[in-house]
Amino acid sequence: MLHIKDLRVSVEDKEILKGVNLDINPGEVHAIMGPNGSGKSTLANAIAGREEYQITQGSITFDGQDLLDMEVDERAHAGVFMAFQYPIEIPGVSNATFLKSAINALREARGQEELSPVELLKLLREKARMLGIDESFLKRSLNEGFSGGEKKRNEMLQMALLEPKLGILDETDSGLDIDALRIVADAVNQLRGPERSFLIVTHYQRLLNYIVPDYVHVIYDGRIVKSGDKELAIQLEEQGYDWIKAEAVAG
Amino acid sequence: MSDSMQTLEKHTSSEYKYGFTSDIETDAFPKGLNEEVVRMISARKNEPEFMTEWRLKAYRNWLTMKEPKWPNVHYEPIDYQDIIYYAAPKKKPKYESLDEVDPELLRTFDRLGIPLEEQKVLAGVAVDAVLDSVSVKTTYKEKLAELGIIFCSFSEAVQDHPELVKKYLGSVVPYNDNYFAALNSAVFSDGSFVYIPKGVRCPMELSTYFRINFANTGQFERTLIIAEEGSYVSYLEGCTAPMRDENQLHAAVVELVALDDAQIKYSTVQNWYPGDAEGKGGIYNFVTKRGLCKGRNSKISWTQVETGSAITWKYPSCVLKGDNSIGEFYSVAVTNNYQQADTGTKMVHLGKNTRSTIISKGISAGRSDNSYRGLVKIGKRAENAHNFSQCDSLLMGDRCGAHTFPYLEIENQTAKVEHEATTSKIGEDQLFYLQQRGLSEEDAINMIVNGYCKEVFNELPMEFASEAQKLLAISLEGSVG
Repeated sequence: MLHIKDLRVSVEDKEILKGVNLDINPGEVHAIMGPNGSGKSTLANAIAGREEYQITQGSITFDGQDLLDMEVDERAHAGVFMAFQYPIEIPGVSNATFLKSAINALREARGQEELSPVELLKLLREKARMLGIDESFLKRSLNEGFSGGEKKRNEMLQMALLEPKLGILDETDSGLDIDALRIVADAVNQLRGPERSFLIVTHYQRLLNYIVPDYVHVIYDGRIVKSGDKELAIQLEEQGYDWIKAEAVAG
Repeated sequence: MSDSMQTLEKHTSSEYKYGFTSDIETDAFPKGLNEEVVRMISARKNEPEFMTEWRLKAYRNWLTMKEPKWPNVHYEPIDYQDIIYYAAPKKKPKYESLDEVDPELLRTFDRLGIPLEEQKVLAGVAVDAVLDSVSVKTTYKEKLAELGIIFCSFSEAVQDHPELVKKYLGSVVPYNDNYFAALNSAVFSDGSFVYIPKGVRCPMELSTYFRINFANTGQFERTLIIAEEGSYVSYLEGCTAPMRDENQLHAAVVELVALDDAQIKYSTVQNWYPGDAEGKGGIYNFVTKRGLCKGRNSKISWTQVETGSAITWKYPSCVLKGDNSIGEFYSVAVTNNYQQADTGTKMVHLGKNTRSTIISKGISAGRSDNSYRGLVKIGKRAENAHNFSQCDSLLMGDRCGAHTFPYLEIENQTAKVEHEATTSKIGEDQLFYLQQRGLSEEDAINMIVNGYCKEVFNELPMEFASEAQKLLAISLEGSVG
């Protein structure tokens, strides 16, 4: 589904990713781990198409399409969703208005009819209930005045509504208490399915106690230096990243 | 400049969509201003002597005054002798039915989307359309007359209700108030007049559209709204002007008077020609708008959405004289390209327990300059006065400017005055966030801007609010590159 080949990415002319290869098949959950500054978030942002991330080499294909040739919104239409580390506040725009526009933009791009207000409300309520989110959420301004946990929950609500093929979680767990962490994990687990894949970027192993990944990759100095299964995450939790760094230097 | 900055610039540079001129026969005075011209205007309008005298007093005063230089705007000196002070369509200006109106004029109104036709009237909008200097057609007048409401052109009011005009004209904005108000008082050619009798709630929104058509004409209209005890009126004003290379002067005066328990809501969507992308042409909009809350518990609200004009110099104000009276000012001012706006409000608290609210939202794009200038004055006898001001600026791109000039004059220690100000940029992260959720760049910008303006749009009457949103989208649209 997602194929990343020899990806090199620079930010402000500084090379961050130095040749990343990654393949994700439908239904798989991949975790990307690594010490701070290793390039984890850069990978997530490069897939989503953020402008400051310049692709200097390599390719990303998604469902057979050349992702690098697509605008940010086109990537979203193709089924790429990124949950933000720091969700953005848009004052004065109600969550419901925003969600309606996002859903209908996706539907339009896919040649589907707009949802009627009644259908939309039904869908919003259903997904909110599924994630244990209070309906009052929908009336509030988009992320404005939300606590950190509320913002992350709102990201999960958006993901549930937009039903992406690939869900990217960019350090969604950072700054969350254990309850909020569970809510995020529950949402991902509920949305897991044979056609939907996830790329979970995280510094800590603890999120992976709740979302069990199929594969774990460690990024260090802009490259994936080690891949394994969930045991690798546990090993990292116990031993830290130093042995990875040592291996990478020696390797 | 980054790519998305360039895209923002594209978004903010769109063509003016109302830039056509109408080929209507016009009866115009030669250029220039002197006492003779003032007398001629008065004579052409068949005015009673008190009006002629009032105009002359204003003219003589104007001669002694100097053009204000304090606003944060820059323009070439205006040659007041190079302006035509009176231009009227040549055909008989009063019409019994739409059939008699010059078809070209009706087409002009059509293109402006002015609701003159029957179906629009049914929508509940009574329109007094002012083309250049003569009021052309007033709809719904009869129905309003049944309630005792007077809604007519200023000229008609001078003929039919001289006692009201004499009593209230200049009572809020005196003929010598300021340079442009004095000029207007001397040469104003028409405008709207509204009178709401005691206890009457005006059942529909009253609306005037102003349009400057004839080249080199200054438009000097004058609006006077009087709300008697316990009455209510909501008034809408919309403005457009054709595209021309020269700058045109628009110096209007609006006076509102609210007596005991009366409420006046005055909404403006101003879309005068702003000049082209190089800053050539466009309207100089130098306007004096002031409301007097004369009676107890009276209330005046100004809501304005300003997207046009090359230069805007305008401070809709409230004088809160009656005890417990309320003044409100809600404003969205958009500047783009080389537009300059120095706009804001004055809230003058004189009575006890008076309250005022100021919500100002500036949006600057291109190389424009957008200034908020606001005065909150609390007089000696204004016990327990309360003001809340919030002035926000939104910058699009990195070559525009936003400025805030708040002035406070407090002479009573019981006053409570709060001021908040913010400046923000449309962030690339906001755009990225919305686009990541599938919105196009254009929809993302519109969503952010509309959210930013929401508090003001909420104050506009329904029909006007959607028009304002569309106008904003037009002002900010462009090809997505």
